[in-house]
Amino acid sequence: MFDLASAAVEAALSAGASYADARYVEGRDEFIQVMNGGIETLNRSEAAGVGVRALVGSSWGFFATADVSPASLRGAGAKASDIARASAVVPGRPMPLADVPVVEADYETPFDEAPIDVPLSDKVDMLLRVSTTMQGVDGVRLARASLGAWDTHKWFVSSQGSKIHQHIVETGGGFDATAIGEQETQRRSFPQSFGQFETGGFETVRRWDYEGNAGRIAEEAVALLGAADCPEGEKTLILEASQLALQIHESVGHAIELDRILGWEAAFAGTSHLQLERLGKHRYGSEVMNITADATLPGALGTFAYDDEGTAAQRVSIVDHGRWIGVLSGRDSASIAGLPPGGMVRADGYNRLPMVRMTNVGLLPGDSSLEEMIAATEDGVLMSTNRSWSIDDKRLNFQFGCEIGWEIKSGKLGRMVKNPTYTGITPKFWAQLDMLGREAEWVHWGTPNCGKGQPIQIAHTGHSASPGRFTEVRVGVRG
Amino acid sequence: MKRNAQQIADRVVDLVGDRAEVEAVATLGTAALTRFANSFIHQNVAEDTVGVRVRVAVDGKVASLTGNRVDDEGLTRLVDAVIEAATLQPVDEDWPGVAEPTPVMKVDHADASTSEATPAQRADAVKAFIDAGNGLSAAGYCDTDFEEAAFANSRGQRALGTVTRSTIDGIHQTGESAGSAHQTSSRFSEIDGKAAGELAADRARRGTNAFDLKPGEYEVVLAPECVATMAIFMGFYGFSGKAFDEGASFVEIGVPQFDPRITIVDDPLGPDALGLPFDAEGTPKQPLDLVSAGVTKALAHDRRSARKAATVSTGHGFADASIGPVTANLVVTGGDDSVEDLIGAVDRGLYVATFNYCRILDPKSQVVTGLTRNGTFMIENGRITGAVTNLRFTQSFVQALGPGRVLGVGNDLRHADSEFGAGVVRAPSLHLAGWNFTGGAEG
Repeated sequence: MFDLASAAVEAALSAGASYADARYVEGRDEFIQVMNGGIETLNRSEAAGVGVRALVGSSWGFFATADVSPASLRGAGAKASDIARASAVVPGRPMPLADVPVVEADYETPFDEAPIDVPLSDKVDMLLRVSTTMQGVDGVRLARASLGAWDTHKWFVSSQGSKIHQHIVETGGGFDATAIGEQETQRRSFPQSFGQFETGGFETVRRWDYEGNAGRIAEEAVALLGAADCPEGEKTLILEASQLALQIHESVGHAIELDRILGWEAAFAGTSHLQLERLGKHRYGSEVMNITADATLPGALGTFAYDDEGTAAQRVSIVDHGRWIGVLSGRDSASIAGLPPGGMVRADGYNRLPMVRMTNVGLLPGDSSLEEMIAATEDGVLMSTNRSWSIDDKRLNFQFGCEIGWEIKSGKLGRMVKNPTYTGITPKFWAQLDMLGREAEWVHWGTPNCGKGQPIQIAHTGHSASPGRFTEVRVGVRG
Repeated sequence: MKRNAQQIADRVVDLVGDRAEVEAVATLGTAALTRFANSFIHQNVAEDTVGVRVRVAVDGKVASLTGNRVDDEGLTRLVDAVIEAATLQPVDEDWPGVAEPTPVMKVDHADASTSEATPAQRADAVKAFIDAGNGLSAAGYCDTDFEEAAFANSRGQRALGTVTRSTIDGIHQTGESAGSAHQTSSRFSEIDGKAAGELAADRARRGTNAFDLKPGEYEVVLAPECVATMAIFMGFYGFSGKAFDEGASFVEIGVPQFDPRITIVDDPLGPDALGLPFDAEGTPKQPLDLVSAGVTKALAHDRRSARKAATVSTGHGFADASIGPVTANLVVTGGDDSVEDLIGAVDRGLYVATFNYCRILDPKSQVVTGLTRNGTFMIENGRITGAVTNLRFTQSFVQALGPGRVLGVGNDLRHADSEFGAGVVRAPSLHLAGWNFTGGAEG
């Protein structure tokens, strides 16, 4: 495979590129979903091909093909350079690449049970049992359970001499119950909405005890129909860990992407409220806030050994006691910004151009516990499990909805509330973080559906979080 | 010799033989996208696309597999693997069987100026967009897609279609404001980068000196991009036969749920449409009246949801059965009013160019939260008087279009972006009686 990728790189150089790299990618995935005790979907897919990237002047050209014959790949390399050259009609500033060591390496995700090789009947039977258990609860209309897995081999070759093979294995799943009223739907999910995904094998799914939680989740969905609406007003807000993970993803993870900060994503994903000249000075949040981007965390969804331009995975400090000190970057963006390359450039398959993506952007644990946060809260709401998410193009103005909430009065957890929502402005919100759960409540949550780029690319990212408490947050926003 | 799409689909059916019911969709094409930011082209990509999706049912046990190797060795492996996977499944009680042979209308939605567009031509369109800003900072993309798709199944249904699409979509930025523009057509030759760039630049310049408006309910004129987003949400969460069967849809057939000025049709065949004339299950597509003069008329069905509803597929089958039927050629019918007329009829309200990051809070009530972006303007006494900073809204889309709530329909029907992809919705501007803005720049 290295030879095939090398043929594409050499052709790109011959056609005038100052730098080129290519990835030969072979991927398999599987998605199984059951609904109301019956199988709804068993989809598998396999794809293989080569994507070659060529730098000519200030522009990247990229061409991808599933035809992996040597002649086709030589043609792909030449086309990548030709495409880059066409960009010279509207050239930009020089696009230098930050230096990275030339490496030859081989990496494989540690796993016990190859997820796609686990017998289908075992996986389907498990999902059917979960779905049937939820259906057994009066009032549940939809009882859905699903599993997914990706098994990807990547061979990377650069014109600077790097040759890297990686075998990445990702596995996950989850389930949800929906109860439907006259004018509303109420849903509960486990382990989180869209499921929990990690790097590793099927053993990661077994750890979550789907069957032991199915009944509780179903009962909560039904109970929500009869619950009171989330109160409106300014309250102390406690976020359960998976919701805090998504809060990190949206209001920190995307904002610290250097391509956004540099304006490269302005038209679609947007820019960032962060300004590069404020790096090291800007106050992102409270003293309790410590964020890292750590692509080396065992088991987390954004873990690998090398990114898709051959830079080694790293642990980069992003926010230190509330102060913004780091970004997510690649070789081109880091060079332009005068920063070291972060190894955070990845592509969604052989046929997409690698771009800056989150690795595992997580909030380091604190010294409290959920129980202690509740006890310390006079008037608040505990919210759990994301239901909706929306944030503006600068990653400032956000509004999240959760599946379930509970009122907190005088240090005690009170009645269940439905349709809990909260809204805020990023730096103000993070400045109000005053308590964080300890390592015992810290989980490497995975987000398997992060969209960015044109053509759109879906990335798998990780976000470690424990529960957190925020003061004076506007909750109960309604239409 | 390389196979064409129909030969690939036919070969899959041959390889399955009498081992299973089978349907196959094969696609071949090219996709190219030229992307710009900070007023230069920074990413420029293209690919030769190829794919085949095979769904089989072995005695009612169903599985599907997608691949991109279409030589005999690859297809044989794909077919054997999907049959093996199906045999390990429980019986799918809702399996509707594959479609019976039915003629598929021939439509011509492909254009050579798109399929043969070069990187240099796309770069020229981008340059025209950038230059129209006269020094403003531009970002966006121009793309050209071509796809040949073929269907075959074990009952003898065959279908073939080709489609092209080209889009230019971008913004101009002044440093404190941004304005956007969008054009989509099957014909790249119709894409006018200069005109799009001029519109975006005009909106950007008008957006300077924006002020913070107190959140609340305001009368609005929504540009086609906003209306397209509304149509997408109503289609996916409401007009889907699967969503209706599951009880999560707002739809009540025969009920005047909308203002009489609202008519919505899913039309994949019209001269301006961009769709194939058949769906992922080989069912021919036809225009489907979803809402006529405010009255909800129909649901979109694939074969599975149709079977459950004791009706027939409307040709809205999607590759993934867990998604259910998809309306991908929505048209919100245009009216007679110019945009100036719509604005002129507003005493105090807002003009909104695009929505951003919309997410549904509850599919049944169709309450959605999102933000305004790339052009939010105050209207006073029938004219735009200034720019407003972006606002957050929390609003039921169905209620916003309810009886008595639509005060004007624009004559500017066109393909409109919806933040969920180009070429899916055609929509006009709408003048609505109220829109619930729930937050401003300060939250």
